Amino acid sequence: MSTDNTEAGLNLTELLTEFPEMSRGDLRDFKKGIDETFRDFTREWGESIEGFFVPLLKILVWFEKLVVATPWPLMIVILAALVYAGARSWGLVAGTVASLLVIGYLGMWEDMMFTLALISVATALCIIIGIPLGILMSKSDRTQAVITPVLDFMQTIPSFVYLIPILMLLGIGKVPGLIAVCIYAIPPVVRLTNLGIRLVDKDVLEAADAFGASPRQKLFTVQLPLALPNIFAGVNQTIMMALAMVVVAALIGVQGLGSEVLKAVNNQYLALGLMNGSAIVAIAIVFDRVSQKFGKRLQKHSEVIHG
Amino acid sequence: MADNSIEVKNLYKIFGAHGEKYIEAVENGMSKDDLNAKHGHVLGLKNINIHMPSAKIQVIMGLSGSGKSTMIRHINRLIDPTAGEVIFQGEDVCKMSKADLQEFRRHKTAMVFQKFALLPHRTVVDNTVFGLELQGVDKKERHDRAMHWLKRVGLEGFENNYPNQLSGGMQQRVGLARALTNDADILLMDEAFSALDPLIRMDMQTILLELQKDLQKTIVFITHDLDEALRLGDQIAILRDGAVIQQGTGQEIVLNPADSYIADFIKEVNRGRVIRVDTIMTGANGGSSITIPSGSRLEHAAKLMVESGEAEANIVDDKNSAIGAITLKSAIDAMVTPAAH
Ligand SMILES: Nc1ncnc2c1ncn2[C@@H]1O[C@H](COP(=O)(O)OP(=O)(O)OP(=O)(O)O)[C@@H](O)[C@H]1O
Ligand SMILES: [Mg+2]
Repeated sequence: MSTDNTEAGLNLTELLTEFPEMSRGDLRDFKKGIDETFRDFTREWGESIEGFFVPLLKILVWFEKLVVATPWPLMIVILAALVYAGARSWGLVAGTVASLLVIGYLGMWEDMMFTLALISVATALCIIIGIPLGILMSKSDRTQAVITPVLDFMQTIPSFVYLIPILMLLGIGKVPGLIAVCIYAIPPVVRLTNLGIRLVDKDVLEAADAFGASPRQKLFTVQLPLALPNIFAGVNQTIMMALAMVVVAALIGVQGLGSEVLKAVNNQYLALGLMNGSAIVAIAIVFDRVSQKFGKRLQKHSEVIHG
Repeated sequence: MADNSIEVKNLYKIFGAHGEKYIEAVENGMSKDDLNAKHGHVLGLKNINIHMPSAKIQVIMGLSGSGKSTMIRHINRLIDPTAGEVIFQGEDVCKMSKADLQEFRRHKTAMVFQKFALLPHRTVVDNTVFGLELQGVDKKERHDRAMHWLKRVGLEGFENNYPNQLSGGMQQRVGLARALTNDADILLMDEAFSALDPLIRMDMQTILLELQKDLQKTIVFITHDLDEALRLGDQIAILRDGAVIQQGTGQEIVLNPADSYIADFIKEVNRGRVIRVDTIMTGANGGSSITIPSGSRLEHAAKLMVESGEAEANIVDDKNSAIGAITLKSAIDAMVTPAAH
């Protein structure tokens, strides 16, 4: 009797402390099953998927070449002009030119150009895909309910995890790097496009309806213009997140400031790491200030003063 | 002139998922509160029948929540009815297809809103062209037409300002110009002047009355303000809890309030500005030296008599022939609120 009791007690403690996990063999088979299914999928579709991304690769390579081949003085003028066009601030233009000169003087010009090209193409891609997706999301609560958790997932899953399937599918290279950056950076544009459209004043929308606007007219004359400040805040965040990804992108073979940082980490080169890291920060600050100032200008007439 | 009257017939609106289920209950006298408590539906409009005359100002009046906004939004079907008809030029707006409705809204109606509802990112003139832009009118023409109406409402020189640079009164003039630029037969105004302070409001009323003299549009004007209703309305309908409780001219309502609710409402009204001389005149006797045109208000008539020192006046029609007479005493008697109310 008593031995039975202690035995039962022992079993109970065991039951509570040891998690009732799958047997080792089953677990191995389970993981192997997933891996193999995906590997089969890769073998089956890898090439066509790669083919699908060829145009993207061509655009990226073309843009990189263009940016790298542009003489540096011309490039500085172009960038300064862009900064002025966006921010209308001479102070910011001066800061930008100074940073560019220092970065170039410290031997990082070409790497910076590669990084700029990657960020520009990634941002453009995020906008081209993200804004229509955000519009779609704003049109129906059901679409929103489906897309929101996907975006949450994309933003929170450690980026190394989705590097694995990307690597399996596309291998090492510029396109997988670009895709990894976009996956991480796209959620803000989508979210804020959706939010911006949903926040558009109901009274103004009603006025558009009352004057007989078609859904398309309403989108382009009322919803998008009024959502623009929010959309732009999304674009700003997207750029920042893309910049945050350049080191991770370097892991799968994207050249630029990120790959130098990676080299510095691997070899414990403190100076190299600090220099390239600071260059990334400088670019981030310029992008951020310019896009914020631009966003403010968009908003200029939106705030209501008279009730 | 074309008949641009609007005929609202047996219109019901019950807000909620299955409004049509409760029409019968409402017909049989279920109250708004009961409907909400028992079935979770809100009674918006109950059996509305109004003939809104062509080229006149129809005022719809009532307290907050009485269904005024709901009513006016049925005319351009921003709200779909639960039952009933809105007939304009022989067609039921409630039965129009999507495409027809869009055309109807573009060409037959224009609307002015309580909170202006201007596009904040557009200048005054770009706001004013909005309706024409949706219609696809070409740039030059829509700009010219917009400028014409901006001038008429007194906004010349402000066309390149943004709405948030203007005062409330000026913003609503933009709203009015935007609606007028559409040149639609129907002008819908939902508490268009309620957000403005009293002086500006009087100004806007004057502008509207001036414009209406040559516009001759069918205007549906919503207000919760009795003085505004009496000043603007050729016809007034009073709503309460979604039902029309009285309709007629301002004078008819002031002289014969249908119930104590309306009597309360009109207690403080300046009757001298509502009642017309025709109402109190007696048979023509022609013994006075001053004449007052038929249709004048008592206050105006009394003023003329006092100024000329006469105790009597002749009422004349538009061919200047006498059709009756009033005395100063009868005018003042009629202007004083009867004790009975
Ligand atoms: N979409 C809706 N869903 C449910 N109930 C509604 C809806 N719109 C209006 N109502 C209700 O219908 C009634 C009439 O509202 P309406 O807005 O027409 O009143 P109103 O006379 O215009 O009032 P106000 O002077 O405050 O503008 C109110 O009880 C309101 O709560
Ligand atoms: Mg209202």
